[in-house]
Amino acid sequence: MTSITGLPGLRRAVPQKYIPVLVTAGLFVAMFVAGGIRYENFATGQIILNVFIDNAFLLVVAVGMTFVILTGGIDLSVGSVVALSTMIAASLLKDGWPAPGVIALVLVIGAVLGLGMGAIIHYFEIQPFIVTLAGMFLARGLCYTISTDSIPIENETFTAIAQTRIGLGGDLSVSPSALIAVVVVLIAAFVLHYTRLGRSVYATGGSEQSALLMGLSVARTKIAVYTISGFCSALGGLLFAFYSLSGYGLSAVGMELDAIAAVVIGGTLLTGGSGYLLGTVLGVLVLGLIQTIISFEGTLSSWWTKIFIGVLLFAFILLQRLFLGRSRR
Amino acid sequence: MRGFLKHRLFWPLLILVALLALNLFFTDNFFKVQMKDGHLYGSLIDIVRFGAPLILVSLGMTLVIATSGIDLSVGSVVAIAGALACLRISDLSDQNSVTGVLGAVGLALVLSVVLGAWNGFLVAGIGIQPIIATLILMVAGRGLAQLITDGQITTVNSSPYKLIGGGYWLTLPFGIIIVAVVLALTAFLTRRLALGLLIESVGGNAEASRLAGISARGVLIMVYTFCGLCAGIAGLMISSNVSSADGNNAGLWIELDAILAVVIGGTSLAGGRFSLSGTVLGALIIQTLTTTIYSIGVPPETTLLFKALVVTVVCLIQSPAFRAKVFQRRMRPVEARPATEEKVRVSA
Repeated sequence: MTSITGLPGLRRAVPQKYIPVLVTAGLFVAMFVAGGIRYENFATGQIILNVFIDNAFLLVVAVGMTFVILTGGIDLSVGSVVALSTMIAASLLKDGWPAPGVIALVLVIGAVLGLGMGAIIHYFEIQPFIVTLAGMFLARGLCYTISTDSIPIENETFTAIAQTRIGLGGDLSVSPSALIAVVVVLIAAFVLHYTRLGRSVYATGGSEQSALLMGLSVARTKIAVYTISGFCSALGGLLFAFYSLSGYGLSAVGMELDAIAAVVIGGTLLTGGSGYLLGTVLGVLVLGLIQTIISFEGTLSSWWTKIFIGVLLFAFILLQRLFLGRSRR
Repeated sequence: MRGFLKHRLFWPLLILVALLALNLFFTDNFFKVQMKDGHLYGSLIDIVRFGAPLILVSLGMTLVIATSGIDLSVGSVVAIAGALACLRISDLSDQNSVTGVLGAVGLALVLSVVLGAWNGFLVAGIGIQPIIATLILMVAGRGLAQLITDGQITTVNSSPYKLIGGGYWLTLPFGIIIVAVVLALTAFLTRRLALGLLIESVGGNAEASRLAGISARGVLIMVYTFCGLCAGIAGLMISSNVSSADGNNAGLWIELDAILAVVIGGTSLAGGRFSLSGTVLGALIIQTLTTTIYSIGVPPETTLLFKALVVTVVCLIQSPAFRAKVFQRRMRPVEARPATEEKVRVSA
């Protein structure tokens, strides 16, 4: 079903696999320039850094989601795992646990949850959609069994991380969370493009059957991506805990959709096998910039964010179809 | 007996019976259905009544999933339909005027149909993956619903509107009657006419069925439109039952419950076959589970935990791979075939 449409000149000048990422980058720049013209004090480096600071947790979660989607799967549990991580961290800190122990435990729990879901998906051949949906209910349910109320975090390490700002010269500064997110992105990009696991991820997403015939360990790859996603969600939860300094079972509702939207806007195909981590980063930045613009606009209500994201998703998918003309399944 | 055990509705039915039996021990008068003021009352009636919107949404979802698609936008359509109807009714000079309410209901349903057709157009016309195509409306639609209600809860005070979700007719809750009519119509269209076959054929292989002379696009657009309509009716029911529209929360997560109901009912997410009765069973299981948790006195916070547990158990039992691995010796001759069939379909 591969149809060849689009602009032939542009297709020859730029390798077509980079086009979605470039379009997203172009949109980000355009939005930034438009914002700079429309609002005072908008076109500064700090605005971009603030997008990183405010969306560090989403960025980390979206990185994990990119791995899963590249194999052709999907992980609906990420938002709930983020909430569960904040709850576990907050309740354990309240009981007087030391911060490093809490952080380690939360990360392990997230990874183990992901590992479990990956194993069920692979060995019992149940669709990722359903297994991670059950995982979503499970994690959200565990949140409520811990507490239905918001638990404040007063631990010194956590508040210190929350309040620290690292200067970057000039008036610019970032939070430790934003740096952690950037480090996660760099590690993930390295893993995806320079390691055997990364190649297996792309191969599995391209065609599971071919990957099997090539002798790649599809089982290990599939389970690994859900483990990575679980780990990233738990880390995202910790960053969210730093950001909000509380644990709440209803936090991060719908974050899985934001993460999926970021991955899609970044040009990764949901059928798997094609896409870049840089695209996901740009996707998160675009989503974050929409929110920034809406807060600068002041009069626009929050629901416009959703409508804009919907319109944007539509535009991007249309673009992907026009330029790439991929088959549907 | 063996044939009965192998029937694909056996396990869902067993789970439903087990859930109901649990209530026999924990809830007083659970199976008692009484007649009060010419209306039927009882826990069993309540399960169907409160489960009615979910059954409706799940019916639409079944047909969409049968074409190997998925519709994530139903929750938003539920919210939009309720919001639009309530907005129109609250603008009426006389909220009890039947024609006014009918107009509002009609408008909401027309919009739901348009939204469903939009999904169908994206999937069939442009060829976008269903999960992404409907994700657009899921995100933007929730924003639209909030825009319609201005982020507030719009309340109405209209007795004709109240009938849809909270009223009684012929001693039965009106919602049950609506569900029965929609179910009968759907069953007639898909099982007595060739439509069901066409849907399954498109779900099995859209390209092949197009070559065989089936208008795959037409079938796809039709099922998404039908799904939108079902979600719209469900939205009216939900908002009518509480006499208000809440753009933020109405229909939240109903798409997930509906997908679960469909999967529990034995319809494969890979498409190609579907079971309407299975879906109704699945939706009833989910509703019974919720009701049981409340009536047994388990803290409602843990509802989700039980849901996760039941979903996992039902899906595991229904997974050919699981049965092949766990009941290897006994089941292998029967189960080996579906397992390989599933594998080919996923990787194709």
